[in-house]
Parts: sequence; structure tokens; C-alpha cells
Amino acid sequence: MASSFSRVLSSRRHLGLLSLAGAGSVTAAFLLHQQRDRAVSAEAVRRRYPASADYPDLRKHNNCMASHLTPAIYAKLCDKSTPNGYTLDQAIQTGVDNPGHPFIKTVGMVAGDEESYEVFADLLDPVIKERHNGYDPRTMTHPTDLDSSKLTSGMFDEKYVLSSRVRTGRSIRGLSLPPACTRAERREVERVVVEALSGLKEDLAGKYYSLTQMTEKEQQQLIDDHFLFDKPVSPLLTCAGMARDWPDARGIWHNNEKTFLIWVNEEDHTRVISMEKGGNMKRVFERFCRGLKEVEHLIQERGWEFMWNERLGYILTCPSNLGTGLRAGVHVKLPLLSKDPRFNKILDNLRLQKRGTGGVDTAAVGGIFDISNLDRLGQSEVQLVQTVVDGVNYLVECEKRLEKGQDIKVPPPIKTFK
Amino acid sequence: MAKNCHNDYKMKFSLDDEYPDLSLHNNHMAKVLNKEIYGKLRGKSTPSGFTLDDVIQTGVDNPGHPFIMTVGCVAGDEESYEVFKDLLDPVISDRHGGYKPTDKHKTDLNFENLKGGDDLDPNYVLSSRVRTGRSIKGFTLPPHNSRGERRAIEKLSIEALSSLEGEFKGKYYPLTGMTDAEQEQLIADHFLFDKPVSPLLTCAGMARDWPDGRGIWHNDNKTFLVWVNEEDHLRVISMQKGGNMKEVFRRFCVGLQKIEEIFKKHNHGFMWNEHLGYILTCPSNLGTGLRGGVHVKLPKLSTHAKFEEILTRLRLQKRGTGGVDTASVGGVFDISNADRLGSSEVYQVQLVVDGVKLMVEMEKKLEKGESIDGMIPAQK
Repeated sequence: MASSFSRVLSSRRHLGLLSLAGAGSVTAAFLLHQQRDRAVSAEAVRRRYPASADYPDLRKHNNCMASHLTPAIYAKLCDKSTPNGYTLDQAIQTGVDNPGHPFIKTVGMVAGDEESYEVFADLLDPVIKERHNGYDPRTMTHPTDLDSSKLTSGMFDEKYVLSSRVRTGRSIRGLSLPPACTRAERREVERVVVEALSGLKEDLAGKYYSLTQMTEKEQQQLIDDHFLFDKPVSPLLTCAGMARDWPDARGIWHNNEKTFLIWVNEEDHTRVISMEKGGNMKRVFERFCRGLKEVEHLIQERGWEFMWNERLGYILTCPSNLGTGLRAGVHVKLPLLSKDPRFNKILDNLRLQKRGTGGVDTAAVGGIFDISNLDRLGQSEVQLVQTVVDGVNYLVECEKRLEKGQDIKVPPPIKTFK
Repeated sequence: MAKNCHNDYKMKFSLDDEYPDLSLHNNHMAKVLNKEIYGKLRGKSTPSGFTLDDVIQTGVDNPGHPFIMTVGCVAGDEESYEVFKDLLDPVISDRHGGYKPTDKHKTDLNFENLKGGDDLDPNYVLSSRVRTGRSIKGFTLPPHNSRGERRAIEKLSIEALSSLEGEFKGKYYPLTGMTDAEQEQLIADHFLFDKPVSPLLTCAGMARDWPDGRGIWHNDNKTFLVWVNEEDHLRVISMQKGGNMKEVFRRFCVGLQKIEEIFKKHNHGFMWNEHLGYILTCPSNLGTGLRGGVHVKLPKLSTHAKFEEILTRLRLQKRGTGGVDTASVGGVFDISNADRLGSSEVYQVQLVVDGVKLMVEMEKKLEKGESIDGMIPAQK
């Protein structure tokens, strides 16, 4: 592949080819470790002012970054940059610009590239630990398990569950992430992914719609299918630089059956979504796992791979999406249960969260809620989807009991990985 | 020379792969930029590390509108206008009526050179205002500056402003920690500026760290006002109700010169050179950076078929009463000078004074049902 990327990425590609050649995980881990050492010895950034003059005013802030960025940590990290030149100030800008809300604690920082998680570990590790309920990246390892056959009872009562969906993200190793990527890198992500997706077959065969070249008709169809994503307006994303150069190199791919969908270059390199109407979560998850593995195989054939390591799992832009990056959820009718004062406690104990039917930060309409897993890191994909399956089954049971005038019980809290 | 790691990294990718897609764009940057210029400038950076992509990001992210031509690029520091002149000189020429790289700009802040301006009819002219911007030498500009720099600018500004006396004696209100009562008063006085929401500004990075280092200073009389660290280091505004533009301009010139003296004493004078005049963030504000204007009632004239043409000939522009990109309310328009570079402050304010006087006379004629065809001015 004669592209300007071959020189830049030879070290990473080498690693990819090693895995193709069947090198064991120990070898791969060894080489990853080598990479990590190289990454930490990044260029120092010349600053015009001392750290104390540049330390942000976080007194009104309520986000994970603000909770953990002490002046000492700032002073230690502020003159470092990743090999690609990404700095601490860039990583925290979104959290400085968005103080947050007393009730909703956002993360407040992003990664510009894979190495950010190493170079700025002194800040990111405690942020990750807080966000992911005590998961300690310094001592723990994250399990990855995409074997959908292990899922049990994955068929919901369709009188209540209207649709089922599983999403995650994947990043292409060797290319910077959306907050930092150059136009060339973003276009390369698009090229790599679209080429790989064109190799999908049978029920996964599909088509790519570039945002810059989409016809009006295609656009309208994608809106009707609820597939089209817009230029981000949330300041959480725009302040992190993720909307730069919009809509250059952004697009949507979906299979002909409209049950497997990939967003290219939105908040992450890729967002992978498996969905269908009704309550067959088992089939949704099966397609999800199969599709992901197919795509991974297709990019590996070309010498690329996903960003992944055993302490953080799949590497994505926002620290909240590390690990599995997985959100498995349903749209479910719970008009009675949602009005019960114990609803939130029940959700908490089941390790579930509710959202409105428009997704994050929207309101529920007609007693229909988006219910999904809270956790992302420290448990595997299979474990998290099982949690959703068991939890939603429980919620539906509660709703049925309330319909019959029976009482419900708050379930005991599920133990997490701790 | 501060090393820009990210730009070095970017240079490894090909020109074609990095060149922005400007096919749907309508702004000055997009009209000027081509692969040759991009190729020539992409490897450069100013001493503070500002690069070509930093300059053009706002123009890439905001394609513009078929009817409204925005600038589409900003400066990150004084040196940007030198280092990226292959792009910025043609942009400046397009935006400022053919201004050439060899042209010299005239600065004239001698208010006594203004003729008239004290007799605009207050039944029509509701308020008069003159604003400009100033950048402080030795600091980078709002798209690029760090928190440390912005705070240093604020500190220096407070020191300078708090030493003013007489009609200029006043107080500074930092945005951080402003009380609710102070905030309401500033809003009622029409002084308070908000965090920028326009993507033209936010995509250029000017709203970073808001509201850190930002504030408003005004004199006790509420006729002289300075914004600190909004779109420029300083925005200086002289204003009052009614039509006495002469008085507004006098206060403007006197106040500016007093402030400049103090900054010079601290070895941080204003950014200025004889080619571009006063250096500001947006190339559209070079030269005088001056917008002198009035809120004027022109319900009949504004609906006249020749209104736009009259404005163009008088070298004036209209805005709604909320400022740029707002609508007019009740036939009241904000009328101000269109030019900034290539003519002096006195000249530009004179155009406003003379032009508004003429338009008020036209309005009166139209009220009486008379024609204004004989009054249409020649192109200034």
C-alpha cells in the first residue's frame, strides 16, 4: 500500500503483522510494552509561563478531571506531549470549558491518541478509577469476551420491549483520535474502514454513505431509519475539537438489512451498532460479535488492528468508554414502574441506567425508556449484556406485577468486579 | 523558537491528504487558499507556535453563506500577519477593497479633526457609539493564548484602567465571581458580554477557559467601557444616548490615548504597524478596528428600494439593534462604517456623521411623502 502512512506507521504495522503470523499474546504484550516506553519519552513542550500561571480555575467545576487535577499533577504533566504532539492542556480543555452540573458528573477530559493514556496516566488513572467504580488500571486487567453463545435468556417479552441494540466503538491503531487527528489521518481512518467493510458478506453486506457526498434522497432515508448522525453540538464534544473540518471524512455504513451500522469519524474512529425492532437481544448480540470479528479480520488482512491493551481493553476517545465501550440497551415500556419511587434504586442495584428515547441527555416519552448497562470497564461484553438481559427481564416482571396490583421488590445490589 | 510537535507530525502526511475540502465554502480564506499556498505555508509556524491550520480552522469549519462573506481566518499573534502573508495579504486585499501589501494605513485619533457630529436629530438618532480593539504587544491573541497569558493581560489591563481619573474614573468587574446584582446591572446597561456562541469564534478557540481572565471595566458615568479578553485583548467602547457623535468620538480618542500611554510605560504598547495599522485577531478589524455607529429610526427609508444602494454609496453598513447578525426591531437600525483599513479614524467617523445626517433628512422627506431621488449620493 503506497501511501504516506507506510513510513509513519511501520512500527505499528509490524505489530499487526506479528499477530497475523500467530505470535503469542506474550510476544505481543512485550512489544506493546516496548511501545509504551517509547511513547513516554515524548518531546517536552516549551511553555511560555510556569505551570502555576496556567493552572486552570476549577473551583466551580464538577467533573472527574477537576476532581483529580491537582496543581502538582498539572505541573508534572503540563510540559509533556505524546509522540504525535498532543498535550495535557488539549486533553483537559473540554473539562475546563464545561464545568458540569451538580447532579451530573461528566468525565471532563479526552484522549488525543493511544499514547495519551500512558503519557497522562498520572491524571487518567485516577479519573478512570473514579468513573469506573474503583477499577484500577495500574493493578487490574480487563476481560474481553465476544462469544455470544454464552448469553442466556436473551429473548424479551415484546409486549414491553420495543427494540434492542448493542453499540461499541473501535479505534484504528496508529492513527490519532478525533480530538487530535489531522485531516489526513481522519481520511485514512475512513479509507481503512470503508475498504474493510466492503469485504463483508451475506447478511452483513452493505453500503457506505459519505456525509460529504450523500444525496438528499439518501440523507432523508437515513434520517427516516434513525441512522443519520449530525455534526456534534454538545459543547462536551466541540470543546474537545471533535467537530473540526466537519463533514470531511465522516460517513455511515450499514448492511442492506439495516441491522448492522457503523458510524465513521464521529466521536470515535468507528461506532459499531447492531440493532433491530423487538426483543431478540440474543440475535442482536450474536450479529454484533460476529460483525466485529469479521471487521477486525478484514482490517488485519491489510496490516491494521484495533487499539487494545489488557489493562484498559478497547481504547476510545472518552475514558468513559474504555474496556468494552459497550452499551447494550432496549427501548422498553415501563409506565407503571417508572412512576414507582423505587424505580431509580432498582436500576442502580441492577447496574442499569435510564435515558430518554432520544439517547443520552433526552427525556422519556410515553413511559418508554432506554435502559442500558452502566458499566463499561472491568467486565466482559458477555457479562455486561447478560446484566442487561437479566435486569430488563426483572424490570418487565415488575411492570407485570404492578399491572396486576401486586407489590414488587427491590433486588439486592449486583456485585461488580471489585 | 517554540517547537510545534503536532505540526512536525502533520508534515509527514502528504499535501493532498491534508488539504481541506473547501468545495462548498464561501469565505475569503476559501477563495484565496489553494494547494500551492497551502504547500508553501504548511510547514511554517510563528515563534509562539501558531500554524496555518490554526489560522484557517474557523474558515474550514464554517463554510459560510452564499450572501454573507465571512473572513474565514484569524491571527494567533502579531507575527501571523508576516509568516502567513501569502494567504493573509490577498484575504486582506479582498476584504478591504483592494488594499495592497505595499499600502500604508493612516492613523488619526485627533478628535478635533471631526467636522460637525454634534447635531444629529435625537428624534431619530437614539444612541451613538464608537468601538475599536487593541492588542497588547508581547502577548499572543485570543485564538492561541494560554491561561497564563490571558491572566497576565487581564492583570495589566486592570492596572492601566484603574489609574484613569476624572471622567474616566471607573471600576473593573471580572466575569469570574461577578455577583448576581452586578451582573443584572451590567445587562441592564447593555454592557455585559456573553461567552461567544458564534461558531465563527468558538471554532477559532476564542472561548477556551471561559470565563477565566475575562471582565468588563467601565467608568462611573457609564459612557466609556472596556471589554477584556473577549474576541480581542481589549475592546474599547465610547457610547451615549442621543446623537452627539462628536462628544462620543472625543471621549473615545482621549480615553484611548490615555490608556495607550499607560501600557507603553509598562513596556507593553499596542500592536501597530504602518502597513496594517492596529493589529487585531480578525483580519476584518485591521487598520482602525473602528466601528462608529448609531441606532437610528429609519422605518420608511429602510423599506425604500434604494436603501441598500444608498448605504453602499455612503460606505456604511446596517445591522440589527442586537449587533452583528441580528435583525432590526421597529425600523430601528444600527448604521456604521463599513471600512476599517486604508482610512483613518477621523475619516471613518466623518462618513458616519455625514451619512446618517443625510439619511435622517431622507427619512423626513419620505415622511412628508416627497421623493428622495435627488438626494441619492454619489459613491464615496
